[in-house]
Amino acid sequence: MPERGAGAGPLSRRRLILGGAAGLGAAGIAGAAAATWAGRSEGGPDPAADPPLHGSRTVPFHGPHQAGVETPPQAHGTFVALDLGPEVDVEGVRRLMRLLSDDAARLARGEPALADTEPELAEVPARLTTTFGFGRGLVERVDPGAVPDWLEPLPEFGHDRLDAAWGEADLLVQVCADDPLTVSHAVRMLLKDARAFTRPRWTQSGFRRAHGSQPDGTTMRNLMGQVDGTVNPEPGTADFEHLVWGGGGPAWLEGGTGLVIRRIATHLDTWDELDRPAREAVIGRRLDSGAPLTGASEHDEVDLAAVDATGLTVVPAFAHVRRAVTGDPEERIFRRAYNYDMRGTGGEEAGLLFAAFQADPVRQFVPIQRSLDELDLLNEWVTAVGSAVFAVPPGCEEGGYVGQSLLEG
Amino acid sequence: MNPTRTWAATALLALSLTACGGPAASPDATGAADEDAPSTAAATAADSFGVTDPWVKAATADDGMTAVFGEITNGSDAEVTIVSASHDAADTVELHEVVTEGADSTMREKDGGFVVPAGGGLPLEPGADHIMLMDLTRDLEPGDETTVTVEFSDGSTAEFTAPVKEYAGANEEYEGGGHGDGGH
Repeated sequence: MPERGAGAGPLSRRRLILGGAAGLGAAGIAGAAAATWAGRSEGGPDPAADPPLHGSRTVPFHGPHQAGVETPPQAHGTFVALDLGPEVDVEGVRRLMRLLSDDAARLARGEPALADTEPELAEVPARLTTTFGFGRGLVERVDPGAVPDWLEPLPEFGHDRLDAAWGEADLLVQVCADDPLTVSHAVRMLLKDARAFTRPRWTQSGFRRAHGSQPDGTTMRNLMGQVDGTVNPEPGTADFEHLVWGGGGPAWLEGGTGLVIRRIATHLDTWDELDRPAREAVIGRRLDSGAPLTGASEHDEVDLAAVDATGLTVVPAFAHVRRAVTGDPEERIFRRAYNYDMRGTGGEEAGLLFAAFQADPVRQFVPIQRSLDELDLLNEWVTAVGSAVFAVPPGCEEGGYVGQSLLEG
Repeated sequence: MNPTRTWAATALLALSLTACGGPAASPDATGAADEDAPSTAAATAADSFGVTDPWVKAATADDGMTAVFGEITNGSDAEVTIVSASHDAADTVELHEVVTEGADSTMREKDGGFVVPAGGGLPLEPGADHIMLMDLTRDLEPGDETTVTVEFSDGSTAEFTAPVKEYAGANEEYEGGGHGDGGH
């Protein structure tokens, strides 16, 4: 997803150069350039030589695909699920999506939404993206004939302990940015405009490392300490295009995709009882580097056939990495997860807001989850407590709105 | 940066578009006078009219009244004055200002209408100048697109469409009667 600096200050050559480097997503290059310029500046620090503030970075809302899928994951993400009021008809859904799309487009540019009561909070976009997903209920209300075959609750898996409170809903709004205040403001603005049409079902907020803490592109870690998300289709590749935007659904969804969101609670207290070798065997990867037990670095391919001196496979039969690969290259998904924790007034729930994009969740996600459900030893420490599936419509052009192809198709 | 400055910057952009694109270049504005007027530069006040980010506060016919906001722009080199406005769902439309005394804000009709400076803008905002729609004949629902017509002192008119948005503020008391009395 292209990015650009919002260009808050006076333009100087230095700023342009630094802005360009940051735009490439190369924090290292930007840092090096800043050091070079700082060395050349006369008479003390030159504010123009500082790397541009990442709060000014923007991700365009408009385009053939919605933002927030291919967008390199921002540090903070909030998922809001809404149900339509019983009285809302097709025209109502159209009005709703027009309002929300307009809000999302303005906020993405770092501008206040129309009638924004806290316009100053909109001035730091920090790569804000808003992504909409339609639940089965919404699509059915608009056109029962337009529901993709796969847009239904996932089959129940043996290890699931699903709470309907985190379940299916009519409309999903995924709001992500590198600044938590930006996310909060955008969510509130969108909810204010959704209020006349919907009631909130659930909200789940998650986090990764803060932006700038690590080089861009570093694979995230989950709260179990694991490098999580190494094997993932690369946005911009033909592979990604096929697996995520591959279509095969109804015409209105062309340029869109499918989203599975699962709230996966992790049992950190019992995970604490495991020593590192056991933890690494459960996953099949090293904790420090994320490298497979058969390799040296994170992105080395896992050698599932490798055996040790005793003739046993290096990656155990129960290991997560073994179970997560079905052998059918069609059965792959794009993961874009966030960690969550809740402590509140007592007790603790922590885990992963597992968000996976794929053209067809039933064909791509379900076989993987079946395989994990059957054997993956990780099931001892993780339990899905929420699950929902959404159709993510294509993006829209300036002046249009998300869902137009369904609502005016 | 305060919102007024942000909107002012937007207005300047709108003005430059107007200058390049000729009369009524603002995508939201239609110089109704254009249809029968020759396209000589700034033939009427309506020709120089533009509006940025207009919106209307949602209201029901029962509420009786609501208001129109946005940044009015004037692309000409002469001051223009909006003297009245109309809307198909409002039997009465007035041009209002808000006067604040202490913590109390009161709105009242603005003497002489809305004066938009040459090459400048006039923000219509909650708590400040606005177009007041009164005696509503139907609901204005969130997400609706609704058309507002303004008339200038030279008799020319322009119309623009504005989305309707739910909004909790803009509840100033009306000098001519309590807020909400208009429809009762």
